[in-house]
Amino acid sequence: MHYNLLIGGAAGQGIDTMAAILGKLLKKEGYAVLTTPDFMSRIRGGHNFILIRFGDGPVYSHSMAIDGMIAFDDETVDLHIDALKPDGFILCDEKLETVDKRAIKIRMTEMAKELGNPRVSGSIATGVLLKLFGLSLDGIKEILEQELKAALIEVNMKAYDLGFTQVEARYEKLAADFSDYMIISGNKALALGALAAGLRFYSAYPMSPSTGIMEFLASKSKELDVVVEQAEDEIAAINMVLGASFAGARAMTGTSGGGFSLMVEAIGLSGIAEIPVVIVNAQRPGPATGLPTRTEQSDLRFAIHASQGEFPRKVIALRHQEDAYRQTLRAFQTAEKYQIPVIILSDQYLADGSATIKPFSLPDEHSDDDPETMLPADYKRYQLTEDGISPRLIPGLTVHLVNVDSDEHDEQGLITESAEVRKNMVDKRMRKLEGILSELEEPEFIGSKKAEVLLLGWGSTWGPIKEAVELLNQETPDKYCALVFGDVDPLPDKVLKDQAQRVSSIINIEQNATGQLAGLIREKTGIVCSQSILKYDGRQIAGEEIALRIRGVKA
Amino acid sequence: MTKNEFCTRETAWCPGCGNFSILACLKKTLEKLELEPHKVLMVAGIGQAAKTPQYICANAYCGLHGRALPPAVAAKIVNEELTVILDTGDGDSYGEGGNHFIHNIRRNVDVSHFVHDNQIYGLTKGQASPTTEMGHVTAVQADGNINMPFNPMLMALAAGAGFVARGFTGDQEQLMALMEKAIRYKGYALIDILQPCVSFNKINTFDWYKQRVKPISEAHDPTDFGAAINLARTFGDEIPTGILYEVEKPVYHERHPVLQDRKPLISKKTDREKLEQIIKSFI
Repeated sequence: MHYNLLIGGAAGQGIDTMAAILGKLLKKEGYAVLTTPDFMSRIRGGHNFILIRFGDGPVYSHSMAIDGMIAFDDETVDLHIDALKPDGFILCDEKLETVDKRAIKIRMTEMAKELGNPRVSGSIATGVLLKLFGLSLDGIKEILEQELKAALIEVNMKAYDLGFTQVEARYEKLAADFSDYMIISGNKALALGALAAGLRFYSAYPMSPSTGIMEFLASKSKELDVVVEQAEDEIAAINMVLGASFAGARAMTGTSGGGFSLMVEAIGLSGIAEIPVVIVNAQRPGPATGLPTRTEQSDLRFAIHASQGEFPRKVIALRHQEDAYRQTLRAFQTAEKYQIPVIILSDQYLADGSATIKPFSLPDEHSDDDPETMLPADYKRYQLTEDGISPRLIPGLTVHLVNVDSDEHDEQGLITESAEVRKNMVDKRMRKLEGILSELEEPEFIGSKKAEVLLLGWGSTWGPIKEAVELLNQETPDKYCALVFGDVDPLPDKVLKDQAQRVSSIINIEQNATGQLAGLIREKTGIVCSQSILKYDGRQIAGEEIALRIRGVKA
Repeated sequence: MTKNEFCTRETAWCPGCGNFSILACLKKTLEKLELEPHKVLMVAGIGQAAKTPQYICANAYCGLHGRALPPAVAAKIVNEELTVILDTGDGDSYGEGGNHFIHNIRRNVDVSHFVHDNQIYGLTKGQASPTTEMGHVTAVQADGNINMPFNPMLMALAAGAGFVARGFTGDQEQLMALMEKAIRYKGYALIDILQPCVSFNKINTFDWYKQRVKPISEAHDPTDFGAAINLARTFGDEIPTGILYEVEKPVYHERHPVLQDRKPLISKKTDREKLEQIIKSFI
């Protein structure tokens, strides 16, 4: 059982703070929670809303079937009234114009003024919500201490108490057991993954929706000894990260499509100079500036092919907040092991959205090897080896000299135009692919092994697809299954090939206009999708929308 | 080879190229400073000058055209024990890398930036560089360069650089003294080194420079910003060489809360307990 809330208002009315606190309160009460912000690219005014879905079972997807709307302005009511369930409610200030019978009007603005701070009306509304859903006010103070400045806590506490007395309980409190889980956004989970991997240096240029990574890392900089440097542009950001990595620091950069475009040449530098680097592209709709605060999955082909020339790389798409942590950690391990660029594809839906997930555990502590003692006196940075991985030393920490070069180079890293050396070096670098292939993770299988219809997706559509399969199989048992890819380049194909021959039709579901995954799968495996469900309006597809469109496809 | 010898390798430069003098001065300076090759990192972008790190025995990072400063500065940020020197050209530093030039002066990381300034593009065979004078005819600027030359000295001073100098390959004694001071200087140190390009610049020849360069008077006070600006503006019949400006400024490491303890960042480990606490704060 899930409840769906929509909190809407103009930018600057504090709905994100309200949603963050409400999300934590709901989780404290034991509920699983998913918050999905839908923000315009402006600082004041306009219309923003956040969806909060919660309940006694895991929440995989947002939903537009609204149980309760918290409206800070008339526009919120106008825009979303059609999505409100017949038995739903609108919680708003008495001054709003709506005459809908479902409205619960409370003089929140006046009450907030009487409390001495007009900005606490959101806290009054939260107090009302807690009462409506049969919840308590316990644990609020602890959460406020994390979210608000000390001076604001007391007045907000009063606001919650006041809101709580305004209504009677309407919904039954469900028994749920998610209180020991974390509630965290994709951006923060990703940043924690990098910190767990031993991140020492992060450089980036602010760009939505990736900026949250930089802000979070900067907030932990002193505590965890991480240098976060805001670069003059994304070209500087990735080149700084390469310099830091070369000199022995675990380093990462993050951006969105526009900034990623500027980083392209340096991805090739990582490839030929064999300097490990982790690059995050939190996708948003393009091309060029596109829709800055919205979501899309249209950089798959771009990430796979970015940069001139040929070299091994790895591209990982994040499916959910748990992936954001685990796969980032893995991205660092892969980058270090193979001395390659690893690109992480996130997107706005995942980056800004928060979910309740099991707490992260840190990787085992490993003792750093001392390669110095294992090497012969004639150290060669680009020594030709069977697995393509050459001994990487850190300049200054060894008596050996470390030379890296963006020109084609010999084993010592010195510039060469020898045809033989060139071919040997290309072969050496490409041999690393064998190891990378051996460590690929197959896509996640969802649904019934006996299914007739296979859904394919990648990245953050994981949740909506998972929910859609459940919804569809409730109606037609065992008819549907899905594979959702995390590793996308190189593309793992074993499970896909096996499952594809067991089904009668394959439908790809993607947040782009051209079906990039379907094209990639066809290129790599010859498997052809019979239908496509594509969405590229900047809004994430919901599980119920997928189910609806599949029924449409079938009809 | 002694411990402090910086051997040099065979080069691919044109006979008579000014780069030979710069390489020789660099080698002698590094040896005079008794630096150890494995503690020195040479960084460059792409170009004829940018091959310098390939030709001297030290650690070398030859990255992308225009992008020498970002990796150089980042390497120094994460390991302050490295002596980081950039040897690269006017196109690399002031053209493709112009944005990094401005903003790394603001960062003031302790690196030395030696710009081989021959007022022309050598590797791509003779097009105008940012410092090419107006009227200079090239294959691309066929009617003569119509754009004003970039003044790196003025730009560096305006952006807040604490060490701004100009050298000339024809005065090696002075150039070595400048290099030594630049490497010893705590912070970003720029030397714009005038050098002839024997193949592609038939205007700003060795003799052209020789007739114009003039060591800055000993009476000049290098902490006098106004006087430095006046010297920086002087480029024509007379070109002053030497230290235009030198003042102490707090370097990046001193200003950065994580680096203030002056322990190399790469020697630090993530505090697992603190990270566990941060993870717990999301529960």
